[in-house]
Amino acid sequence: MSVAVRERLRVAHYVVSGNPVNVIAFGLFAFLVLCAIAGPAIAPYSPLATDTPIALQPPSAAHWFGTDQLGRDIFSRVLVATRLDLLIAFGAVALSCVLGSVIGAVIGYFGGWLDATVSRVVDVLMAFPLFVLAMAVVAALGNTVANVVYATAVINLPFYIRLARAEINVRRSLGYVEAARVGGSGHFRILLVFLMPNIFSPLIVQASVNLGWAVLNAAGLSFLGLGVRAPTAEWGIMVAEGAQFMASGQWWTVVFPACALMITVFSFNLLGDVVRDILDPRLRT
Amino acid sequence: MRIVWRLAGAVPTLFGVILATFLLTRVLPGDPAVYFAGNPSMDAHAIAQVRKSLGLDKPLPQQFVIYLDSLAHGDLGQSISTGMPVREELMNRLPASAELTICAFLIAILVAIPLGVVAALKPGSLVDQLCRLISTLGVSLPTFVTGLMLIYVFYYLLGVAPEPIGRIDPFLVPHQITGFLLIDTLLDGNYEAFAASARQLVLPAMTMALFALAPIARMTRASMLNVLSSDFIRTARANGLSWRTVVITYGFRNAVLPVVTTLGMTFSYMLGANVLVEQVFAWPGIGAYALNSLISLDYAPLQGFMLLMAAIFLLVNLVTDLVYVIIDPRVEFGK
Repeated sequence: MSVAVRERLRVAHYVVSGNPVNVIAFGLFAFLVLCAIAGPAIAPYSPLATDTPIALQPPSAAHWFGTDQLGRDIFSRVLVATRLDLLIAFGAVALSCVLGSVIGAVIGYFGGWLDATVSRVVDVLMAFPLFVLAMAVVAALGNTVANVVYATAVINLPFYIRLARAEINVRRSLGYVEAARVGGSGHFRILLVFLMPNIFSPLIVQASVNLGWAVLNAAGLSFLGLGVRAPTAEWGIMVAEGAQFMASGQWWTVVFPACALMITVFSFNLLGDVVRDILDPRLRT
Repeated sequence: MRIVWRLAGAVPTLFGVILATFLLTRVLPGDPAVYFAGNPSMDAHAIAQVRKSLGLDKPLPQQFVIYLDSLAHGDLGQSISTGMPVREELMNRLPASAELTICAFLIAILVAIPLGVVAALKPGSLVDQLCRLISTLGVSLPTFVTGLMLIYVFYYLLGVAPEPIGRIDPFLVPHQITGFLLIDTLLDGNYEAFAASARQLVLPAMTMALFALAPIARMTRASMLNVLSSDFIRTARANGLSWRTVVITYGFRNAVLPVVTTLGMTFSYMLGANVLVEQVFAWPGIGAYALNSLISLDYAPLQGFMLLMAAIFLLVNLVTDLVYVIIDPRVEFGK
């Protein structure tokens, strides 16, 4: 193990053990990942199996979280949905992080008309309320889960582009880049080997802070009936289906998927703070 | 003069926004001509006729020029599903959304800023913990969940809130002047209708306010903490200025600049969250209108909605810049 990595690990250990909240954050995150991996295998019922005679029953020993309007077991549905919700969030954030940092790095490095054009496009993207933009993107591309990922990625893109552009821009004329250029490295090699690794930390920090937001965004879209279709188990759509029963008192149809959403976003937000503290201690508040 | 420059700076963005909405709605699936013809059994010739009358047979750049031309005349096109001009429908529904958003925004400001200031005055105190709790909840709870929880508690359990079925019947308010029911009923002297419309508004406004509270309170606290630890505050204290002068005149005035930025951002996030809140409370605003058009692939209303949103957004940014100059004369306008 190199010295730098060992140093990082020591900081990580210090940050995590310094605050019990951080331990909780990691615990929750591990729990969510476990649910996402093992969820379908350990769910007591099929998430799609309907059983109308026992529709809308409150939580009981047989059905921990009660049943919904079609008699489906809410506990199983919440559990199984973890995988889909996490995949959407991680997919969207990974996509926008990779794409955004490459675009931002290229325009920040080369500048000129390319930079001017792309920056304008980013300004235009940012001029829309982002959630509205995501709605329109899903509608335009078609009502599928993959398009929810793309839509969430698109509305996150501007942040990564701006971040990578700014970070590359301040570094492109630094001594070590000059040295690499004199040493005969091409633009591609300079970007990939000398510049990108240096802006890795802020990008990861941004990505981890974005995760919770991506979950909320995807759930909001499916709450409106965009992206995820009806029988699929997904938290947003489960809340939407339960919404009409909230005014008549069947709280369990909404509360359990909503809690799952909340815990996920909460743990992602905490985790974002932890990752920020580890990678970029200057930003600590 | 600077205001003119600042406005001119928004023109390219506005043009980009128009182009983007135009392109985005053109790639929407579904052929509006078929929809407009109203009858799937219509023959190809009739559909082609409709397409021609809608101008859909022309090349895309030409369609864009036509679109720009009609925009310049204030024409946003017609809704396919209702047959009404989009501008009229948007203007009819805008007051409902504006009333909700502005009320929520005011509630959020009135709660969040004092909360943030008090939390910063005594870090680690009970108020500080409350501030942290509320801002964590605000960012972790989806708006639609907050709304549904409030409905369950205040409508189903306590029975103090009215049924979540949107605003009161508009026929109860005969003279609509502003479209803001709270104002119209007061102007009318109809206090009963005023109370009724206020009751309908409370839950959705609270839902949105909780969503907006978090970033504002957080930023106020951080900014206030930052300012209170600076040297001039220590000097002011050491010189024996009153607590009020130190905190309000010296501290708050200097801390408020980043808060204004956050306010602008929060307001624009609220425009997006509007769609969700309106859906939960069956609120007859522009968000619900846009969602319905989106589902029925009716692109003119959607286009109009996106443009309106972007225009409001640009306006909010402009106002933020203006407020900056008023608060801090050192800030140069348009920078």
